Amino acid sequence: MTKIELTRIPFIKNAFKSRYPQLAVFIVMLIGYIFAILAGLIGTPVGSHNFSIVFVWIAWWAILILVAVPFFGRGWCAICPIPLPGEWLQRGAILTPPDKRPKWLNLRVPKMFRNIWLQNISFLLLALFSSVLLTTPNITGIILAAMLFTAIGLGAIFERRAFCRYLCPVGGFIGLYSQAAPIELRIKDKQVCVTCEGKPCYNGSSIGFGCPWDVFPGGLTKNTYCGLCMECIRTCPHDNIAVNLRPFSADLAKPSTRMDEAFKAFIMLGSAIIYAGVLLGPWGTFKDAAYNVGSSAWFMYAGIFLSIIFGILPGFFTLGLLGTKGNATLKHRFASLSITLIPLGLMFWVAFSLSFVLTNASYILASLSDPLGLGWNLFGTANTAWQPMLTSILAPAQALALVGGLIWSARTAQKAANEVKVSPIPVIVYCFIATSIMLWLLL
Amino acid sequence: MNRSELISRILVYAGVVLVIGAPLVFWARTPLIHARMPEYGGWSPNIIHANVGEPLHLKLTSDDVVHGFAVGQMDMQSVDILPGKVTDITLKFDKPGIYTFYCTRWCGLNHWRMRGTIEVSGSPSDSEPASPPLYVSLNLDIDAPHDAPVVPAQKPSAIRGQGLIPNSPFLQSFDYYRSNSPYQAFLDLSNTSLTEPQRWDVVAFIWRSNTLSESLANGKQLYAQNCAACHGENGAGDGVFADDLTTAGESSMQTMEGAMDMIMQSPVDFTDPQRMLGASPALLQGKILRGGMGTGMPMWGSIFTEEQIWDLIAYIYSFQFEYQN
Repeated sequence: MTKIELTRIPFIKNAFKSRYPQLAVFIVMLIGYIFAILAGLIGTPVGSHNFSIVFVWIAWWAILILVAVPFFGRGWCAICPIPLPGEWLQRGAILTPPDKRPKWLNLRVPKMFRNIWLQNISFLLLALFSSVLLTTPNITGIILAAMLFTAIGLGAIFERRAFCRYLCPVGGFIGLYSQAAPIELRIKDKQVCVTCEGKPCYNGSSIGFGCPWDVFPGGLTKNTYCGLCMECIRTCPHDNIAVNLRPFSADLAKPSTRMDEAFKAFIMLGSAIIYAGVLLGPWGTFKDAAYNVGSSAWFMYAGIFLSIIFGILPGFFTLGLLGTKGNATLKHRFASLSITLIPLGLMFWVAFSLSFVLTNASYILASLSDPLGLGWNLFGTANTAWQPMLTSILAPAQALALVGGLIWSARTAQKAANEVKVSPIPVIVYCFIATSIMLWLLL
Repeated sequence: MNRSELISRILVYAGVVLVIGAPLVFWARTPLIHARMPEYGGWSPNIIHANVGEPLHLKLTSDDVVHGFAVGQMDMQSVDILPGKVTDITLKFDKPGIYTFYCTRWCGLNHWRMRGTIEVSGSPSDSEPASPPLYVSLNLDIDAPHDAPVVPAQKPSAIRGQGLIPNSPFLQSFDYYRSNSPYQAFLDLSNTSLTEPQRWDVVAFIWRSNTLSESLANGKQLYAQNCAACHGENGAGDGVFADDLTTAGESSMQTMEGAMDMIMQSPVDFTDPQRMLGASPALLQGKILRGGMGTGMPMWGSIFTEEQIWDLIAYIYSFQFEYQN
């Protein structure tokens, strides 16, 4: 299947080139985000009835993991409200490109932090506290506010979107999984970029801002760090930027050799498995341990959590690779073949999320009518009773996602193994075992 | 600044101000009474002000589990307060005073502590002189030991005792029943020709004959709602919270003198004949009205009406006496 350039369609191209449609979405998203913070702080402390919990951890998460990431990659990042205030303050403008250098520090992020290790850590921090975070509105409100202000703070110190690129706990895995998505932003003709003077797509110009994600579009080969903000489409003087529809997992044919990305794949895979066991499983002891943050049981849970992610999962993966022979170093093979875990992990998250999203989706209607828990009934749905949805298709859909993920990862393993010239069998067996565990946990 | 930038900024500023301001205004203008398990704060606020004759509109919500709301000594059905939901109720008070509102659901170990007050001000419509409760009139020391030295070998039966009652009007009088313990009645029957078991049966009959069936039914309902959590459904002191209270020890105790002054007591076993047959209805009235000082037994005087307390007492004696075949 060849690529289809979506920006050939005038409507789509105009929608991307103009700032107004995106601004309209931004304003709505920012208002929604601030409302979620407020609801978390002043709304009912009952999570299942609080807008912040219901809309962030059920509605947003469902859209993100079931739709946005699999089909649009970093589509969420394109409309995410978190970096907006910081970015607007940094630029000194909402729409108008600055006519002078930014007033703030505008420092370059130190080289040692220009990777996704901080994102790995920030995700793990949230993951370890997730049982409390996902159920306690004021903690959700505080975390949402903290992300907003951290993005502003980093925007004041560093250039571009340092928060999105290096710290956002969500952005890290969206970037990883966006490689599997059928949408990409790429240049049309490399030669045009080579000869382009001033590289306004990266450096900005009088008509637009330089890439907020610190990416030179001319060098884009993968989706991982392109935030789909569409700024380069506006600044490119040669109309050389395209948004394409492409086959799924197109980027996965080009394995990464970065350990931070490799471990991100293990973090995401391990978290999905642990959540399936702890949040959806029948073991009350695990649930209690995960919920009682600060207790000795919680420290044990955290220890097990981190051991699985940094010890057991990569350990067995490495053991499997030890049996393979190839010219590449073990580290290179490890990093390259970990790309196999991207479709696997994505489908694990889809299967896991289907379960709790369908179970809890009915809360959305009630929360919509009474978002602050003040006894309102705005849309007449405030008294909607909790009822799991589509229960009959849940198990088949989860099984399909997991088996589909296994097949997808096996094909990815074949391609990645071919790149480093080793056998894909150990990795496929690894994926098979992981899928079996996930099937057992979910079904 | 060009026009589009200006409009964008205005839109953003307006949106942010609106999304912060509007919810805060609505939130501030909707005073909610929050119900939380007593361990986490109980009622908030726990003091409400009202005026005689004016409707008092309340919005109640639960922040954790299902709670119930009722006002003591008022003829009202308790209402459930569901987590995250708002329940509206309107109350009206005819007389000034301090009313107690309380949780009617077994929400947790310290459920019985979940109380608040409604201070109703205004001029009294008619002043009724308050009469002291019977246990006060009788000058009873309700904390003194009152065990019966003799107890029946089998459960006394009102049915068996019915035909044996001596022709003694004072024994069957209402005042006698309320002022004396079953053991005292047993003693007072000692000058008759009845055997000991027969005397106990007569005592059971005296207690039954001073109790209306409706009172027993009402007492049973009150007991199930308010007492069974600790004292057990069958009165054996083994309610669902009994073990928890013992386990929690001092932390479940209420004291004005400090935890050192308290002794943890298990809920009273109403099936214990020694304890119950030595207690008069008036004594039980005192214990229920005042509560067990330094124990987990709450004070019910502000919640139950006098009639409700007598109904409850009538039902509690049914753990000692056989009232039916």
